[in-house]
Amino acid sequence: MKRTTSALALLAASILGLTACGSGNDPLASETPAATTSGGSGEPIVVGGANFSESTLLAEIYAGALRAKGLDATTKPNIGSREIYLRALEDNSVQVFPEYTGALALFYDKSYTGTDPEEVYAHVQDIVPDTLTVLDKSVAEDNDSIVVTKQTATEKGLTTIEDLAPVAGDLTLAAPPEFKERPQGIPGLEKTYGVTFGSFRPLNPQGVVQALKNGQVDAANIFSTDPSIAENEFVQLEDTKKLFGSQNIVPLVRADRADEVRDALNAVSAKLTTESIAQMLKQTDIDKKDPKAVAQEFLSANGLG
Amino acid sequence: MTWLADNWRTVLDLALSHLYLAGIPLVVGLLVSLPLGWAAKRWSRSYPALITTTGLLYTIPSLALFVLMPGVLGTKILDPVNVVVAMTVYTVALLVRTVADGLRAVPDHIEQAATAMGYRGLRRLLGVELPLAVPVIAAGLRVAAVSNVSIVSVASLLGVSQLGDLLVDGYNRVIWGELVTGILACVTLALLLDLVIVTGSRVLTPWLRVQGGRA
Amino acid sequence: MIPSLVSWFTDPANWSGEDGIPNRLLEHVAYTAEAILVAAVVAIPLGLWVGHTGRARWLVSLANSARAVPTLGLLFVVSLWLGPRITGDLAFVVPSIIVLALLAVPPLLAGTYAGVQAVDPAARDAAKGVGMTPLQVLRQVEVPNALPLLFSGVRSAVLQVVATASVAAVISLGGLGRYLIDGIALGDYPRAAAGAVLVAVLAVLLDGVFALVQRRVVSPGLAPGGRGVSGRGKDSRSVEVEADSPSTPVRAPA
Repeated sequence: MKRTTSALALLAASILGLTACGSGNDPLASETPAATTSGGSGEPIVVGGANFSESTLLAEIYAGALRAKGLDATTKPNIGSREIYLRALEDNSVQVFPEYTGALALFYDKSYTGTDPEEVYAHVQDIVPDTLTVLDKSVAEDNDSIVVTKQTATEKGLTTIEDLAPVAGDLTLAAPPEFKERPQGIPGLEKTYGVTFGSFRPLNPQGVVQALKNGQVDAANIFSTDPSIAENEFVQLEDTKKLFGSQNIVPLVRADRADEVRDALNAVSAKLTTESIAQMLKQTDIDKKDPKAVAQEFLSANGLG
Repeated sequence: MTWLADNWRTVLDLALSHLYLAGIPLVVGLLVSLPLGWAAKRWSRSYPALITTTGLLYTIPSLALFVLMPGVLGTKILDPVNVVVAMTVYTVALLVRTVADGLRAVPDHIEQAATAMGYRGLRRLLGVELPLAVPVIAAGLRVAAVSNVSIVSVASLLGVSQLGDLLVDGYNRVIWGELVTGILACVTLALLLDLVIVTGSRVLTPWLRVQGGRA
Repeated sequence: MIPSLVSWFTDPANWSGEDGIPNRLLEHVAYTAEAILVAAVVAIPLGLWVGHTGRARWLVSLANSARAVPTLGLLFVVSLWLGPRITGDLAFVVPSIIVLALLAVPPLLAGTYAGVQAVDPAARDAAKGVGMTPLQVLRQVEVPNALPLLFSGVRSAVLQVVATASVAAVISLGGLGRYLIDGIALGDYPRAAAGAVLVAVLAVLLDGVFALVQRRVVSPGLAPGGRGVSGRGKDSRSVEVEADSPSTPVRAPA
């Protein structure tokens, strides 16, 4: 028994030792000090992307548009989470990132509840750290949505999220884990719509789609541009009370590089629409085309590159 | 397998990064583990402590360790160095025990004979004990190699590109060819590393071949 | 950071309900037990057979190289493939258990095989000489003698499964991995760190339990210092034997 005790003591010591090395340095916190290196013009630009296909596609579109303006732009897709890629922007590992207004507002202001697109956009401009700048937002939006299968919609007579209130107690909802506690997730559904699901399944985005498709859950939180919605004839329930706010696509860039990239990226934002994104995602996700090629097609068709 | 035919260049690039991210830590980890393992043997009271501590490092989930690294090292969040250091930690965690066990398994009579022939201290360690421990250390290194290849794929979550990218993208877009290629490429890479270690160990222990022993 | 970790652990809200520590801990132990049992049913008889007959040794090498299969990829493949074939909540548990069991097979197989393989040939010959049947040789000589290495295989497997079960939270498995995955998803660092600490504590506790069981079960003559394979085997053959020993834990990405 003595050995077990000493092993436990060692365990505690080694974990504390390891964590103490980063003393007070909360690795997931966003207030990492601004990077000291400041980029000058002419230096290469790295456009980051998160680990879902829309982000990869947008990164390719941004990079293509920048290259068309003669800038040396490359992409770095598949960065795991917002905490990580926002730190990457702040430490100058990447300089441009496709973002969403509502998600960004909520990241820097956990209690934010605004829903109007212009209001959210203005708020985001105010609260991003000084090292970062948001350029023009696009009308294209990729919002959270609650979807059900066609069969469920017909059987239970569902067209809006409100319709879920009387039946949700018997239903299971699948969503990414953060949806459970985010103000606009489960708590928001309860407060705004009086909708309380019987149970909750935390899954990654693709897992959410699969679970709904396989009938293992009854409702799912899927992004509105996700081509799997049309592919599987899922029904998107209308967010009549605007719980999910606004999620306009917006380029988040380093302030010290903003002047170089502004024109090219604003031109992209002016051309992007929710429909064009959905149509491109169908090509990358359903037809399995290379995101780079799809991005290039879009740029050529719109005179951007 | 048309997916592979269309994308073999990307796969090759990713495999090279993967090799670098898994291989460098193997070498550095071995160099760190040798003195630690020797210490665990030399001062036998330190053995349980060293083995337990290093064994515990192994239970830290890789995702957590990757995310912690920049805070510890002061590096940038997307820096591949974070992954290399984290993988070195895991390699050391695995190898200290093997090195210690390998050295401890050298028979007393051989040590005594070596001492009698004038081998002492570092010379005895490098000239007699370490060569005899090669098969055991190589066995540990083989385990570390396959395990590194597997763990490195998690680094995709940190934006450090390697074969794990194929797994994430293949899953996100449900492209079976890509997903399966990612897995097979990892296994192939591990087998290659394994082959290198086995060959190296054979070369370093010619006497085992003479006896018909296996490494 | 340490104060926030302490306050996470002392918050009573984290000690009750579905998301509470006792429930998550129990889930984690249950998944581990299920996976190890499934793997043991396959790997131990197979390891005994390979070790006893000396046939199909490539199985052991094959299983060893299978350790390189990235856990995340394996989880993705198994859940994509099995998902449509299973209904209800089981669809979220079965694929994870299968993957965890697959990961536990190589150390169990290698441990059992190496254990039987390492049995002193003189003991085996003596057993045959006194007229034991092959099955008797296996049960009364080879298995008891193989126990130290077999146990070290079990302990490696347990360590591996405990650590890897947390990754399976990505495809909705419960257990301690939830703290880690949810904590990272929400940017709630104390929760993620608490998850990592709990996994490590559980790994050490379970390893301690198995060490105690091992000490009870293994014949004292085989366990110098009570520490199984790492003992001071002092004849030149032991170096060779150790080369195949799986005494080092293997762990996959978590």
